[in-house]
Amino acid sequence: MANDLLDKAIGDLDRAVEAVRTAAEYVPDAAGAAAHGLSGGAIDPFVFQLAIFVLSIFVGYYVVWSVTPALHTPLMAVTNAISSVIVVGALLAVGISASGLATGFGFVALILASVNIFGGFLVTQRMLAMYKKKDK
Amino acid sequence: MSPNIAAFLYLVSGVLFILALRGLSHPTTSRRGNILGMTGMGIAIVTTLLLATPSLGGFVLIAVGLAIGGGAGAYIARSIAMTSMPQLVAGFHSLVGLAAVLVAASALYTPSSFGIGEIGSIHAQALVEMALGVAIGAITFTGSIIAFLKLDGRMSGKPIMLPYRHLINIALLALIVFFIIGLAVSESHFDFWAIVVLALALGVLLIVPIGGADMPVVVSMLNSYSGWAAAGIGFTLGNLALIVTGALVGSSGAILSYIMCKGMNRSFISVILGGFGGDNGAAASDDGVQRTVKQGSADDAAFLMANASKVIIVPGYGMAVAQAQHAVRELADALKKNGVEVKYAIHPVAGRMPGHMNVLLAEANVPYDEVFELEDINSEFAQADVAYVIGANDVTNPAARDDKTSPIYGMPILDVDKAKTCLFVKRSLGSGYAGIDNTLFYKDGTMMLLGDAKKMTDDIVKAINH
Repeated sequence: MANDLLDKAIGDLDRAVEAVRTAAEYVPDAAGAAAHGLSGGAIDPFVFQLAIFVLSIFVGYYVVWSVTPALHTPLMAVTNAISSVIVVGALLAVGISASGLATGFGFVALILASVNIFGGFLVTQRMLAMYKKKDK
Repeated sequence: MSPNIAAFLYLVSGVLFILALRGLSHPTTSRRGNILGMTGMGIAIVTTLLLATPSLGGFVLIAVGLAIGGGAGAYIARSIAMTSMPQLVAGFHSLVGLAAVLVAASALYTPSSFGIGEIGSIHAQALVEMALGVAIGAITFTGSIIAFLKLDGRMSGKPIMLPYRHLINIALLALIVFFIIGLAVSESHFDFWAIVVLALALGVLLIVPIGGADMPVVVSMLNSYSGWAAAGIGFTLGNLALIVTGALVGSSGAILSYIMCKGMNRSFISVILGGFGGDNGAAASDDGVQRTVKQGSADDAAFLMANASKVIIVPGYGMAVAQAQHAVRELADALKKNGVEVKYAIHPVAGRMPGHMNVLLAEANVPYDEVFELEDINSEFAQADVAYVIGANDVTNPAARDDKTSPIYGMPILDVDKAKTCLFVKRSLGSGYAGIDNTLFYKDGTMMLLGDAKKMTDDIVKAINH
């Protein structure tokens, strides 16, 4: 049920953007495209990205304050792991770059980011597994 | 895959990352949170591969890269000692910083694969975002390496004070701004690499003057920087997952820095300016007054603790250095067998990174509901018979509360001097990490147990069980 609605919503969004695309024949990028469609093209997609960025800072602010001090070390390890989502840039560079230099940079970035992804999540898991309650 | 569905999926992984952090509000929900985080990362990676399907060669390269990096990461995660967690996190931050620089470099060399234009005609806005991401990434990279070397003991924790360092830093910053403008106007590759080199230098210069005592702040600050660098690259690529994550990590690191600064009663600016926590402790005790110290043996300590009704254990970084956390747990077990109530009190800046002591105690099988933060337990010291201070020093110094002339005046401390007896385990009567004499040593209720933290604790356990 929810999935159907979601599919329908995505379909609608797709059609809306398609219409704007033909009208403006210029859609800068994926994230901006959706926003561009909603605003009728009057607002630069950058503004929407900035809005998401600012709101995420606020979300981060409240979420992080609710983290118990006992878990601050795992918090650092896991934030470190998720910031390695920069791997998406490395994947683009390695996967579809034409130039050898760019592929090389991307490949090294891919290795570094995957060290972080696997290392960060696994070390967090190892730490969290140690937190136990008093057995009564 | 349509770019819209891709954007939607990136948003989903951003939300999963938020839930991963949310899970950390309690140990019971934290493990599920971590799995949500991994799921988010998986979604981001698969989405990227579906959005821009690589050629067969590209796929092979990606698989090789993931296998090399993933294997190394998994190996490190399994083999690292919990005491080395601060170094590990600092090292990981440096990797994020360098990855940000490299991703930006490849975006500059083949902008079309990232959908930001063609070589020579990248949007100025994308170039500025890229330049900011690169500058912060490069600072994070070298800054974290210096932090790693200091935390790992491969470099002295003493602040290294260059002459005119503030002027040099400001000049470097001005040059970076100059080249960012240059890059935005001309898209010159020279300008790009100039930014990288200058920011790498700035990263080193920013961290070398910061002393070992301030390392918890530095690690948190670099955590924050790595987030802002990721966000900068996220704007360049127009990637929602990166923007959301960058903001989350950036604000998380900033909050942790703030908590650490408050725990030491230091302003963020004074930490950044550096110079605190050197070897200037020699002068501290030369005030001409003859003071006596009461010393005790393991047997004395065992007698006091076994006959107490409530004991509060105050661990510090010295406990980690002596690897005494398991011995401390055994001590608590022995006391509990004798009907003594045992609790642990943790100061916000105990250890070398936020929450470090909690992890070490958890590793030694100490239940987390026996471990309390400063504000939750400080009032209980007055009812405690014994405070057992092991490897902590400056965070128990009453001078921070009573002596307005003390350099650490105003820092929140654990009121161990209010307990009936304070047992203080220490190798010798030297000063602490901040280089300040601890007036607690000379109080009537304090008994010094001089010796190695682990050996002393083991001896006390033996004496109690005797």
